[in-house]
Amino acid sequence: MAEIAIRNVEKTYGKTAVLHGITLDIADGEFLVILGPSGCGKSTLLRMIAGLEAITRGEIAIAGRVVNALEPRERGCAMVFQNYALYPHMTVAENIGYALKVAGLPKAERERRVAEIARIVGLEAFLARRPSELSGGQRQRVAMGRAMIREPKVFLFDEPLSNLDAKLRVQMRLEIRRLHQRLQATSVFVTHDQIEAMSLADRIVVMNQGRIEQAGPPRLLYTEPATRFVASFLGAPAMNLLPATIVAKDRARMADGTEIALDPGRFVVEIGQAVEIGIRPEDVLIVWPGSEGAHALEVEFTEDMGSSRLIHTRLGGMGFTVLQAAAQIEAEGTLAINLPEDALHLFDAATGLRLRRTGATVGVLASAAA
Amino acid sequence: MDRRASFDNLWLAGALVAPQILLVVVFFYWPTLQALYWAFSTQPPFGGTNQWVGWQNFQQIFTDAVYWNSVRVSIIFATLSTALSISMALLLALMIDRQLAGHKAYRFVYFWPYAIAAPAVGLAFRFIFAPDAGFVSAINQLAPNLWNPALKGWDAMILIVIANSWKMMAYNFIFFLAALQSIPRGLIEAAAMDGSGVLRRARDIQIPLLAPTLFFLLVINITESFVDSFGIVDITTGGGPARATDLMVFKIYSDGFKGLDYSMAAAQSIVLMLLVIGLTFVQFRYVEKRVHYA
Repeated sequence: MAEIAIRNVEKTYGKTAVLHGITLDIADGEFLVILGPSGCGKSTLLRMIAGLEAITRGEIAIAGRVVNALEPRERGCAMVFQNYALYPHMTVAENIGYALKVAGLPKAERERRVAEIARIVGLEAFLARRPSELSGGQRQRVAMGRAMIREPKVFLFDEPLSNLDAKLRVQMRLEIRRLHQRLQATSVFVTHDQIEAMSLADRIVVMNQGRIEQAGPPRLLYTEPATRFVASFLGAPAMNLLPATIVAKDRARMADGTEIALDPGRFVVEIGQAVEIGIRPEDVLIVWPGSEGAHALEVEFTEDMGSSRLIHTRLGGMGFTVLQAAAQIEAEGTLAINLPEDALHLFDAATGLRLRRTGATVGVLASAAA
Repeated sequence: MDRRASFDNLWLAGALVAPQILLVVVFFYWPTLQALYWAFSTQPPFGGTNQWVGWQNFQQIFTDAVYWNSVRVSIIFATLSTALSISMALLLALMIDRQLAGHKAYRFVYFWPYAIAAPAVGLAFRFIFAPDAGFVSAINQLAPNLWNPALKGWDAMILIVIANSWKMMAYNFIFFLAALQSIPRGLIEAAAMDGSGVLRRARDIQIPLLAPTLFFLLVINITESFVDSFGIVDITTGGGPARATDLMVFKIYSDGFKGLDYSMAAAQSIVLMLLVIGLTFVQFRYVEKRVHYA
């Protein structure tokens, strides 16, 4: 059992606060992805779990034991670094087996374990090579092997795929997921890539400016983002966000007078409240020109993405994108669209918080409000 | 990448390099040629032009026990002071690299000794190690006559080794610190995650990765201790007692300028020069072949 409990953890460098009271529980065997833009404190949090950064305030416990004062080696974590951090003067076998050597295992035992790990990560043919003689993907495997050989309770990944090319990244992503299913070790994976996060995670934690914005299963974060930030960060192409003011229970008006219809049953709003209306490009409906409630938009240009087509237009003076299945007719000139009321997200412009539905059951929003 | 600048105007190019060439010729090549001339000739005892004597000067020094003593003493000195200055510098650099409290202040202070001229270093250590009045005289209070570099050859040797190492340590320290700081932090952290403690990391990760710097410093330190130790010896021991610290470079000076035997001094200079050239050549070849990971 290796659950991780993070309680009110803060980190400051001098007077600069980097993390503001993070509380998070990671279940045993869970694959948790911490997602956020660079500088949001996600790597710092990971390094604090690993023991590479001191914890300014608060407490981290691994498997029920508070580890604040423990050295990295006493915490039972293994880490895969962004730049792999392979020892350049050692061979692949020595790199993988270093932890065992330090632990003082006999040579025969070490060699047996290294061979076994090399087989799992597919490096049997390269054991005698130096890291400088390997490709990026192979180095990544060595780093994984080095982490695995200690049979850790907890795996920590610090953006391990960001130095790989796009194709290899997809492949390694699958291998990491496969490995997790096989080892069932608690894993914490830090990334700024939302596709990586969506595809790997049992649960995603979105961080921004040293705070947790939202934590939950990937699907929930995508369909019910708790804040404007989560809404804009998850999803490619990104969600359209339109600033507007509530003018009636069922209508919002943008700065240039464009009006957007809202379902009064879904949101609690006040007249005069400044909001941002969000809609994902794939949720926008393309309709016949002149149909009821349709907005006529000028097409600026389109991007063909193979299976789909991304149409760039403007709505109420703001950039607005529409995702269209490639099979549909090519849009040119003007485009009539409809904003389905049940696909709209509404955020308070001042706080960035999602405006809750009335009566509807809402998922995990707690951490954003906390 | 070709980083050479090319000049169409050879006269301009010549004019630009002329001052440097002039300096090198006047202060390096001319004296070297002069030394070569002296080394193969001898001056008549009562003046007159030099006479060509071929290898005679060299035969004479190589059959001279006093000369072989100075070779032996020089090698001991070079080995001890290189070992001491490099190991001390490495230790200090590893400590500073850990960023313990006050490391910024220490980093400054450790480089100061190199800014002090060798004779000044010698003078300072002459006082520190004076058997009757220096700091070390406390030892003689406890055990009379245990320490006396004026009488005991090994004491004198220890004195000049410490003085020279103290100065070179500062130089080595800067190189080690720079090299340590160029080791990616991630490697140290990875080793820490692998369960390796501070000392183990130094041994398994940092020192192996310092190998290129280490070899470079070995060359520099050995060379320096052969050719640049004159100032310290002259001020502290004057080559004594009983030639126990009569380093090759000091013997050249005392034979030439005190004994006024220019030919013998010149021959010894040529030998020392070839020795240093050979040493540098061999070690750099070794460095380039063996110690690169990139």
